[in-house]
Amino acid sequence: MIRLLASLGRAVMGALASIGAVVLYAAQTVSHLFRPPFYPREFLNALIQIGWLSLPVVGLTAFFTGGALALQIFAGGSRYGAEEVVPSIVAIGMVRELGPVLGGLMVAARVASSIAAEIGTMKVTEQIDALTTLSTNPMKYLTLPRVLAATLAVPVLVAVGDSIGIFGGYVVGVNRLDFNAATYIKNTVDFLEGWDIISGLVKGAAFGFIVATMGCYHGMNSGRGAQGVGRATKSAVVSASVLIFAANYILTELFFAA
Amino acid sequence: MIQLTDIHKTFGSNHVLRGVNLEIAKGSSMVIIGGSGTGKSVLLKCILGLVHPDQGTIMVDGQNVETASRDPFLARFGMLFQGAALFDSLPVWQNVAFRLLRGSLKRPKTEAREIAIEKLRRVGLKPDVADKFPAELSGGMQKRVGLARAIAADPEIIFFDEPTTGLDPIMSGVINDLIREIVTEMGATAMTITHDMTSVRAIADNIAMIHEGVVQWTGPVAQMDASGNPYLDQFIHGRAEGPIAAVR
Ligand SMILES: Nc1ncnc2c1ncn2[C@@H]1O[C@H](COP(=O)(O)OP(=O)(O)OP(=O)(O)O)[C@@H](O)[C@H]1O
Ligand SMILES: [Mg+2]
Repeated sequence: MIRLLASLGRAVMGALASIGAVVLYAAQTVSHLFRPPFYPREFLNALIQIGWLSLPVVGLTAFFTGGALALQIFAGGSRYGAEEVVPSIVAIGMVRELGPVLGGLMVAARVASSIAAEIGTMKVTEQIDALTTLSTNPMKYLTLPRVLAATLAVPVLVAVGDSIGIFGGYVVGVNRLDFNAATYIKNTVDFLEGWDIISGLVKGAAFGFIVATMGCYHGMNSGRGAQGVGRATKSAVVSASVLIFAANYILTELFFAA
Repeated sequence: MIQLTDIHKTFGSNHVLRGVNLEIAKGSSMVIIGGSGTGKSVLLKCILGLVHPDQGTIMVDGQNVETASRDPFLARFGMLFQGAALFDSLPVWQNVAFRLLRGSLKRPKTEAREIAIEKLRRVGLKPDVADKFPAELSGGMQKRVGLARAIAADPEIIFFDEPTTGLDPIMSGVINDLIREIVTEMGATAMTITHDMTSVRAIADNIAMIHEGVVQWTGPVAQMDASGNPYLDQFIHGRAEGPIAAVR
């Protein structure tokens, strides 16, 4: 019994310690935002890697999701007034929830893994140590550019994803469900409010921050050897995904519960 | 002067350093020898503040490593890592000139490139490797690029972790001469880890032999052969029998 309690206590302490470490790491990252030197070239590079190159996967995901959403809403008993209900719910669902969450998850899969693998490999091949001896702070040179780029790029990805998702719904609505094209667009535009869109973009920024921070944190704390890098990559993707869902719930509660 | 006093370092249950005491005079060349896995690389990383000792103090010119201001402290050092540790996202010349392209030592790009190519030439590499990526080079070439990077900003204190491992005998000779030259002509302080006894004799002013976490013998290289120290004798002559067990 005592042994059980002790091991439970150890597990809880371990979890708390790693939460503390992650929070500290995130706070340190942000603090470097205000202290030079800065590395604009690294930032631009990260922007391309994280933002530009994620466009295809985010766009495709959003397109198919928007289409499927339209079919589901139509099939789910909303046949009465479907011309109005389908476009409005597709728009709201995409912009408030699915756009940011799916976009965040796709970026987590694509970006958290590659950041963790890259930085983890740098760690095990002593490149991080080498950076330090060359008077370059790895937090400034590696972490901050990636975290900043992701925080700025993911909202843009979300905005693009929202539009493509709504377009997916439109394509399905007009071609499969025989809705009137002009009415579909009108119902979408009439129903969406600015706050719907902004809240989704704020979520996107939060998810981008989470994804890049988890990638960098797990990479920097990678164990030794190929196995260590593999483990770091897995932890980065899993923790980023779980944190995205948790943050999504908290932000939704904040934005819409009142 | 670098002064190590009673340095201890443990990784988990592995008690690597168990009270290392050592002094390296300014402008001298110290060579560290010792069996594989005895903590030589860890010792160098302790001096650079990359690894924090559990106990003991390290002073560099009267400055404590743990409390010194990091940027000016590190600006005085150059380090060749055992695995070269080149940045594989950057071409060779940007690796070599890394320090000259950013931070306090920053200079124009063309000048930095010229310096990089000159340093590459000093480690026996032709200018055409400058635009290659590290992954395109052989192990020995990567090592030499790492060496060129370590000396690129003309540091006062240079650490070489196995500079000649993986090089052919001629290239080893070139590198040994280079290290000797950096110490005698530029007045740098050097610490070199090597397993190659030819290198030891070519590079060292003083040597220190590490075994079982402590310095077993230290002294001028001229006294190495007549030290009477059983550990050192076994090591120099590469005998399987002696106080150092062959299986560690
Ligand atoms: N970051 C680390 N985490 C855990 N153990 C480590 C770490 N770094 C070094 N060690 C252990 O410390 C010991 C000494 O390592 P070190 O690399 O200093 O050996 P070395 O004397 O340089 O050997 P070699 O001549 O083979 O390079 C080894 O047993 C190694 O496993
Ligand atoms: Mg070593």
